[in-house]
Amino acid sequence: MTATIETTTPERQRTTVTTRRRAGLAPGVPRTKGTMVGLILLGLGLAVLAPALMTDFQLGQLGRFICYAMVAVGIGLAWGRGGMLTLGQGVFFGLGAYVMAMHMQLADAGFAGEDAPQFMRNFGASLPWWWEPFRSELFTLVAILLLPAMLAFALGFSVFKRKVKGAYFAILNQALVAAFVVLLVGQQTTLNGSNGLSGFQSWFGLSLYDPANRRLLYYVAVAVLLVMVLIAFWIMRSRFGELLVATRDSEERVRFLGYDPALIKTITFVIAAVMASVAGALFVPIVGIISPAEIGVVPSIAFVIGVAIGGRATLFGPVIGALAVAWAESSLAQTFPSGWSYFQGLLLILVIALLPGGVASVVHYLRNYRSYLRFNRNRRSS
Amino acid sequence: MDFVLPQLVAGLSVGSILLLAAIGLSLTFGQMGVINMAHGEFIMVGAYTAFVTQGVLGHAGLSLLVSIPVAFVVGGALGLVLEQTLIRHMYHRPLDTLLATFGVGLILQQVARDLFGAPAVDVQTPSWLRGSVEILGTAVPWSRIFILGLVILVVAGLSALLAYTSLGRRIRATVLNRDLAETSGISTRRTDRLTFFVGSGLAGIAGVTVTLIGSTSPTIGQSYIVDAFLVVVAGGIGKIKGAVIAAFSLGLLQAFIEYSTTASIAKFLVLVIVVAFLQFRPQGLFSVRTRSLA
Amino acid sequence: MGDHLKRHHIALRAGTAVAAVTSLLALSACGARVGEETSAASESCVDVSGDSIKIGFINSLSGTMAISETTVNDVLHLAADEINEAGGVNGYELEVVEEDGASEPATFAERSQRLIAQECVAAVFGGWTSASRQAMLPVFEGNNSLLFYPTQYEGLEASDNIFYTGATTNQQIIPALDYLLEEEEVESLYLVGSDYVFPRTANMIIKQWADENDVEILGEDYTPLGSTDFTTIANQISRSGADAVFNTLNGDSNVAFFRQYNSLGLSAETMPVISVSIAEEEVDGIGASNLEGQLTSWNYYQTLDTPENEAFVEAFQEEYGASRVTSDVMQSAYNSLYLWKAMVEEADSFAVDDIRDVADGISFDAPEGTVTIDGETQHVTKTPRIGRINADGLIDTIWEGELTEPDPFLETYSWADEEEAEEFAEEAGEGDDADEGSDD
Repeated sequence: MTATIETTTPERQRTTVTTRRRAGLAPGVPRTKGTMVGLILLGLGLAVLAPALMTDFQLGQLGRFICYAMVAVGIGLAWGRGGMLTLGQGVFFGLGAYVMAMHMQLADAGFAGEDAPQFMRNFGASLPWWWEPFRSELFTLVAILLLPAMLAFALGFSVFKRKVKGAYFAILNQALVAAFVVLLVGQQTTLNGSNGLSGFQSWFGLSLYDPANRRLLYYVAVAVLLVMVLIAFWIMRSRFGELLVATRDSEERVRFLGYDPALIKTITFVIAAVMASVAGALFVPIVGIISPAEIGVVPSIAFVIGVAIGGRATLFGPVIGALAVAWAESSLAQTFPSGWSYFQGLLLILVIALLPGGVASVVHYLRNYRSYLRFNRNRRSS
Repeated sequence: MDFVLPQLVAGLSVGSILLLAAIGLSLTFGQMGVINMAHGEFIMVGAYTAFVTQGVLGHAGLSLLVSIPVAFVVGGALGLVLEQTLIRHMYHRPLDTLLATFGVGLILQQVARDLFGAPAVDVQTPSWLRGSVEILGTAVPWSRIFILGLVILVVAGLSALLAYTSLGRRIRATVLNRDLAETSGISTRRTDRLTFFVGSGLAGIAGVTVTLIGSTSPTIGQSYIVDAFLVVVAGGIGKIKGAVIAAFSLGLLQAFIEYSTTASIAKFLVLVIVVAFLQFRPQGLFSVRTRSLA
Repeated sequence: MGDHLKRHHIALRAGTAVAAVTSLLALSACGARVGEETSAASESCVDVSGDSIKIGFINSLSGTMAISETTVNDVLHLAADEINEAGGVNGYELEVVEEDGASEPATFAERSQRLIAQECVAAVFGGWTSASRQAMLPVFEGNNSLLFYPTQYEGLEASDNIFYTGATTNQQIIPALDYLLEEEEVESLYLVGSDYVFPRTANMIIKQWADENDVEILGEDYTPLGSTDFTTIANQISRSGADAVFNTLNGDSNVAFFRQYNSLGLSAETMPVISVSIAEEEVDGIGASNLEGQLTSWNYYQTLDTPENEAFVEAFQEEYGASRVTSDVMQSAYNSLYLWKAMVEEADSFAVDDIRDVADGISFDAPEGTVTIDGETQHVTKTPRIGRINADGLIDTIWEGELTEPDPFLETYSWADEEEAEEFAEEAGEGDDADEGSDD
């Protein structure tokens, strides 16, 4: 590699205002006031308005969408801010979900006075040794955070150290998801194979048959989502967040400035993985099942689609996008199964091709064109 | 040791299908850096082309031979349309082409469902490809020999095209240095279009061969796409040689692991081995010094 | 910069406050602990005040399973229309509410919850895969509602809230084995299946049965769902020289398997394949030419010569076209609606508990013959039938067993006891490689 090479990422090859706009870069950093208003609105909408207006069933559905939105926050950081297309979030989502599900299975078996979950007893199998630690609530919670973090670090660090390019990284992730699903399906006697784990009675001692507890779970999910958005906001505002965007836009320059892009990318990848894992862990008690079907190659792409449509590089775009796409899928796909495929495909093509900043960028253009220009002037002079 | 030869044959069979599915990608992804997720659906279109050709001609043997060039043209035409309408606006955003072409794939799948129905359709194997031949005490199905022969033809043809024709020289020049090629009077746009045509056409041919092995349904592209990408990445970018070696290595790996375990475990292990290999050698088996890839 | 930092802190504080308030809201809403009576015991909201009653159909109308499940949906509608034309159920007209399971277990769980809690249906009909049934099971048990599940399955289950109108293992798998032993006089078998619960359970039972009957299992292989490469497996089958192959492959994998099998010169005369997941509906896609002469094990075939079946096939083809075929699962779905009707009329009530009380002994003259509900397991009696696939893609009955009581837990089979099961599980855990049949 000679140093004269100008390795700009394709996203930013020309630096006129128009291309910036084409590349859909909303103002780089979320503004404080706007974020506060946004958080309060999101909080009010999800925690006050929704429970007041919705039936228990719809609230359960919304809880599931909120889990997808959590994954989206992480993808927004890794892909929107960091330029790493994470096509394999299903692995981390699945890790968190299976860890939580194993704990819940053991707890339920314990309440029923059994030592192993029903599906194992069907096969006459006894509890494998690696299930044992998940009896502990603390171990489970730690594992939900640590397992994906370790896996993501192991995957990310060596790949980014070797300057693997985005496309490769995406394909590696995808292959990993494919492998993960094959592995899970093969675990018939230990993880109930393709049927997955389901039929949970309780969550940390709370009966899941009680609507009050289901509502509680929903609030927990909302709170966790808000915290994640806060974390994302804080990262975007921090020095680290600036470095992350710089790494996305010009990795070589960041390296010449004495930073380690591999570490920056790895840390972000780990954060995204942990967010996906926490989402999976909450998905299990809310939806009541985790099976390989929820975490395959296609669901993993679906996680990304919501982010792309909402606005990958913004703070609220991924959340809103994920919620909207999940809602549309559950309502439209039911009514027009064949039309939905066309609609989803077209929407994806149009948004990606014509509006790479996602829907958030439209809102932004409409809101205040002048501030956009001012922002660009500031960017140029800084 | 009497299992070695049959598994060798099995590995070559798996590898030849993998290679056919991947060789078009090694052009469009390897040479141009475009991640075309609809490549799997182009394979599916090739398979349905074989089905339609058989319906028109009615004779399984003749229609197989006819459908190979027809599927090449149909696949190529699809690729051309895709390149013209969508991909050419996104050469500077390779990751975004991945998502947009995934959308294209969804639409193509649904079109196939609406035209031919969701259940699989039956493409007859010609009588001269049924049965098998004894080679050194191992039964080798004729259909596999046919596919292997076809792969050798395709690889030889493609290598010759790249090495000896002006189009091949233009493609190589564009891959190595787009700007310099442009200033040397090569129309890189035209080269891009042609590359895409050939790459997608090869997916069409892969589709025809797939009908000899398994079923033909709207979702078959899905089962090849991840493996095909892996082959290209593991083989190294911009090298046909790499794709060939990677495809046959994966095929043999799958066959020999499967012999001692089960197909499921083998599939898992092969994927993990490739991912691990790429962790340590991200540029794949062979690498060209090029800056064409983002 | 200072100002900007201060603002930043305010934002963080505000955000933290919002999150904290939400968490407080959350914790204030704590409900019943495990084992306590829940505050809102699910009261059924089924409305019987009008002159119609709602029932729910839940099938995958999109996704990978749509191919199979749309046929069940068709037949359920046919049955509902027939019942309405004949005056409804207990004088009530049926009002169908339909949901798409979208081939995803989680969707099945969610949508069945909606049918019960929001649409207040009296009973739900549908589900196909084991995964979808297991996902729905807690929903139906939690709401004390009824599901009618039409597919033949791996057994080992008997929920109070599910009626199983398809075969369990002792009505499909074991008769197939008995046929192979008695009529084909097999001494060795090769097992091949897709990697999911039904094949694995079936093969577990087959291995125990083989152990008892001195039949050698020469190999056991699983392929990922949708797998299209059977080179290795076909080679191993061919080299094993087994007397027959027991095939639990699902869906399109069968195409690849039978092509590879045929191209190695294997055939139904030399090494028959008996399949338990290929019915009339699947034969067309696999290609009758690839399958001709091979065996299947079901309880119903379209070719059955009973007046009930003649009427059923005629009604179905009149409604959906003469090219359409009927299959075992479709017929079981058709029966399920009639069985529910018979139970409601016997109980003179739509209440789940009343229906359960009268269930035992309720019967229906089905296309496959008379089926009777066993109240204890909530499965139905079935007649096992071995069929041979003919050139037209239909299946002819070549062997018929006795009317068999359902035994989902195989309690009446001495060889299927728990100790044995554990032994087999341990062996299975060692890896799924073919074990030599022990000759003790």
